[in-house]
Parts: sequence; structure tokens; C-alpha cells
Amino acid sequence: MNAESYNPTELLICTASRLMEDESTAFIGTGIPMLAAALAQRQQAPNLIAVFEFGGTGAILEDLPMAVGEARTFHRALHASGICDIMEAATRGFIDYGFLGGAQIDPFGNLNSTVIGPHHLPKVRLPGSGGANDVGSLCWKTIIIIRHSKRSFVPQVDFVTTPGYLTGPGAREAAGLPPGTGPLYVVSTLALMGFDDETKRLTLLQTQPGVTVEQVIAETGFELIIPREVGTNESPSAEELRILREEVDRQRLYI
Amino acid sequence: VNVVESGLGELIQPPDMNAFREWNRTQKSRKLTDKLMTEAEAVERFVYDGCYIGTELYGTVRCPMSLVREVARQGIKDLKVAGQGVTELDVWLAASMVKALDITYIGLEVYGTSSALRREVESGRVEKVVEWSNGGITWRFKATAMGVPFIPVRAMLGTDTLKYSAAKVVECPFTGEKVALLPALILDVGLIHVHCADRYGNCQIEGISGFSVEMSRAAKRLIVSAEEIVPTEEIRKYPDQTVIPYYLVDAVVHAPFGSHPGEMAYRYCRDEPEIKAWVEAAKTDEGARAYLQEWIYDLPDHQAYLNKVGQERLDRLVEGRERRI
Repeated sequence: MNAESYNPTELLICTASRLMEDESTAFIGTGIPMLAAALAQRQQAPNLIAVFEFGGTGAILEDLPMAVGEARTFHRALHASGICDIMEAATRGFIDYGFLGGAQIDPFGNLNSTVIGPHHLPKVRLPGSGGANDVGSLCWKTIIIIRHSKRSFVPQVDFVTTPGYLTGPGAREAAGLPPGTGPLYVVSTLALMGFDDETKRLTLLQTQPGVTVEQVIAETGFELIIPREVGTNESPSAEELRILREEVDRQRLYI
Repeated sequence: VNVVESGLGELIQPPDMNAFREWNRTQKSRKLTDKLMTEAEAVERFVYDGCYIGTELYGTVRCPMSLVREVARQGIKDLKVAGQGVTELDVWLAASMVKALDITYIGLEVYGTSSALRREVESGRVEKVVEWSNGGITWRFKATAMGVPFIPVRAMLGTDTLKYSAAKVVECPFTGEKVALLPALILDVGLIHVHCADRYGNCQIEGISGFSVEMSRAAKRLIVSAEEIVPTEEIRKYPDQTVIPYYLVDAVVHAPFGSHPGEMAYRYCRDEPEIKAWVEAAKTDEGARAYLQEWIYDLPDHQAYLNKVGQERLDRLVEGRERRI
């Protein structure tokens, strides 16, 4: 594969990675967020403090962890503790960002990773919340990474595993969740999206390279807010792809 | 206190903190007695049909896999199970040993959803599934560790995860804010794998502690397996490293490579081909059962399992371990 072509996974990783901020704390889950964090540490965010739910804080992501408790999640880290310490730090407001995925997302950024179909008789039993609900409830801002299709962008998720803006403005606070929290961005294979300040509904910000606004609309199962001006995200750079392929995921476990 | 919402899920294991105190007074010895035994003896003595059981940390990381395999080997039925799992709960699910789940996450991480979980839940063979978050289930252990019947938390609120749990939402009597109350969770049996233990059950862990601190204090019976059995003098040299004191522990099992095919921080890495082999085998009921037959039922014990894995492969896993640099 040459530097000019890239696959959807590489695009998701690069888009998410650019959103990672130096000297911030961020919950990192298995898969794409780990690759994005490893890339960000080699680019704009050398002091990105990766936080792993089972106890790793501040790892240097030299090799890719295959699990959220693996030793690489505390490789040359600053602290190796346990899940309570991490989740309680989040409850006290110490975790800035959380990166999340899911099988379904709705217009308010609520995520489903529990069941397709009714809970008592599911068509598909998915893994369940894991730490996702805690991350989506407690860290300041969440960034959702998800493949874009009508099947995943649905008007109503079958099960709200992880809270987005729930039913709209003020709903998180009314439910008792900490004020000032909620999803910030959604990174998909077709677009970068945010949330409208007033309605808390999903809003298109940028299309991915080569993707039209019409394509994004066609692959979204609900009405997406389209502002007058929609930018285009930059393609993964040759340097980003080199780092990803030669340093971050040398064995091509993910990309 | 005003209860504003009650989860619809069944409270599978209702907490009785006074009974737990009484249990700890009468059933847990303060004597420094030798508790070293085999997996078979420990499981025979403390694990039983219909018990409520929990494992720590999870399938591919510092997980008591030799004990998990022994529970399967002895054909224990109708388990009620707490928590999150990868290969360990997959084994029990694939063997149709699970009747009720307080679930947080059961999946194969990078390899996706668990086929065994899907088969068992979608068919209704697992009769009860009650939802929690990872933080939630650990805080439930923490409540038990504190000796109180519930704990207030700020997660799970406003979601179906709470609606299908057995939590309650109340208005805080001090601030008026809504908080989720999670019921204490007392295990009948807990299984934990550690780096070092002495014969009495004093345990030391390297790397992250996961939820070993909370879970070890929330179990009526606790079986510990250890990579290494060390003299108590070693424990006494580094008492600050002890995360589980002996009086919590009922059985100590010497299980080198006890987390295989998972990893043990600073000792050995995960056995990726073996984990993949399970993921592939477990895709069908027949495949899973053939795997269980070959790797569990046909082998008498953990040593036979290690022999089958082979020293050369184990050496490679040691070579690939995380190093302190």
C-alpha cells in the first residue's frame, strides 16, 4: 500500500488522532482509540496522558495493547492502580476526553453496545457496556468513533448503553449526570460531526475526502443538521500513514 | 429519601450485610493455616452448583484460567456470574454452565462479539441478564468491601443500562441531586490469580490491581491461584505489596502460567495463536465443545494442560513479556 491510498480504518485513526490534545487526560479503549493515541503521541500530543480503565495511567504507547488491561497499557507509565481509582478520578472531573464506539448511534449521540432487538429476547446480544457507560457519563467530553451507515446511524437506538445528550438539551443534567459533560465529536468513515449547541443534535462539520454531503445524508438514518458551510477533512498525510504502518502497527494487527 | 427510578432487573444476589459479618466471624479463620491445595481440591471444596461466582481480572489479563478450567472440568452447573469476561466466561458460557448474569462486558475485545454469549443469551439458556457498567459492578464490590448495603455513584444515570439493572435512582438527601444507588454484591465464591502468595494466602500483585482489592473483600469464599508460592518471610519483607491478606483467602493454588492463554504482567505475554484458536473454535457450538473436550475435559489437571501447550511455547511467552525498563 502506498502513501496516497489508505483504508477506512486508517482514515478513522488519523481523524480521531488529530483531535487528541497534548497534556490532556483521555480514556483509551481497545482498537482504533489505541492506535489514534499512539499516533498522537508521535505527533502533536507527546504528553497525551492515556488512561486505561483497569488501572494504567500515562503509558508510553510503544507497542499496541490487545486488551485494556494488558501490560502495554501501563508500559513505562506514571501510575498502575485499579478500576476504582480510575473511575473515581473520572467522577471527580480529572478525565478530559473519552473515546467511544458502538453498534448504533442516534441524533443525540446516545450509543448502543448491548442488544439489537428487545432486551429480554435479543436478536443480537452484544458485549454490553463495559466501561463505556462510565466513560460517557463521567469524563468531560467524549469523542465517538464509528463506521458510517444507515444501520448504525439510526433515529432511535435499540438500547441506550452509554449516554449522549439523552433526549436533548438539559436531559443529562436532569438525569443527574455531571453538568458540562457530553459528546463533542463523532468521527465516521464519511464525516466529522459535532453537536448543535441549542438542540444537541448531530451536525455535519466536515466530509471525509472524496465524500459528498449527499452521500453522508444518504447513509444517515435520521435528519442530520447541515450548516451552510461544510468543510472537507484532510486526507491522512504521508507522514501519518508512515508512522501508523511502520511504527504504531508494524504487525498490521488492525490496519 | 425519594426513590425516583428503580431498575427493572432482578437483584440476583440480595445483600445481607449482617449475615456477611456473621459469616466472616464464624466461617473465616484468623489462624495462619496452610491452605495450599490443587485446583481440583479447591473447586471441589468451595464451588458448587447454583453458586454465585466471580472472576478477576479478565480472560486475557491476570485471570485464574486454571481454576476456570477446573470449574468446567468438574461440570459445575447453573452458575450465577458477575461481571466482565473474555476467554474465562466464554468457557463457562460455551459449556452451558451459566444460568444468570450480572453482565458488564462479555466479548473478545479486538476479536469482536462473543459467539458463546450470543448462543447462550439469544437461546434463553441464560435465564437472567442484568446490566451494569464496569465501574458499576466494581463499586458494588466496593460497597461490600465497605460493609454497607449500597453505594451512591454518578454513572449509569439516564440510560437503559440503569433501566435494565437492579439499581435505584434517588434524590441525594444532602444536595437534592440525583444519584444512582448500587446494591452491594457479595459473591459466594471469588477466583483471583496473583503473582505471589504464601501458603496462608497473603497475596502480592505486580502491575495494575484491576478490581482485586474490592472483589477479594466481597467474597464468602476466595480461591487464589498464584504463579509463585513464596515463604511468608518474603511477604513480611514487603508487606506494603500485599493487596489481599490471608484471612480473606480459603484456598491457595500453585498455578504457574495460570493465566494462559492470557498474560501475566512482567512474567509472560498473551498466547495470541491460542486465543485466536479459541475465537475460531467458539464460533460454532460443535467447535467450542470440541475445543473444551481437547483442552479441558480430556486433561486431568493444569500440569497436563501445560504439558500439552509445551515448554517451547511457554518459553516464547516468557520471552515476549513486558519488562521493567
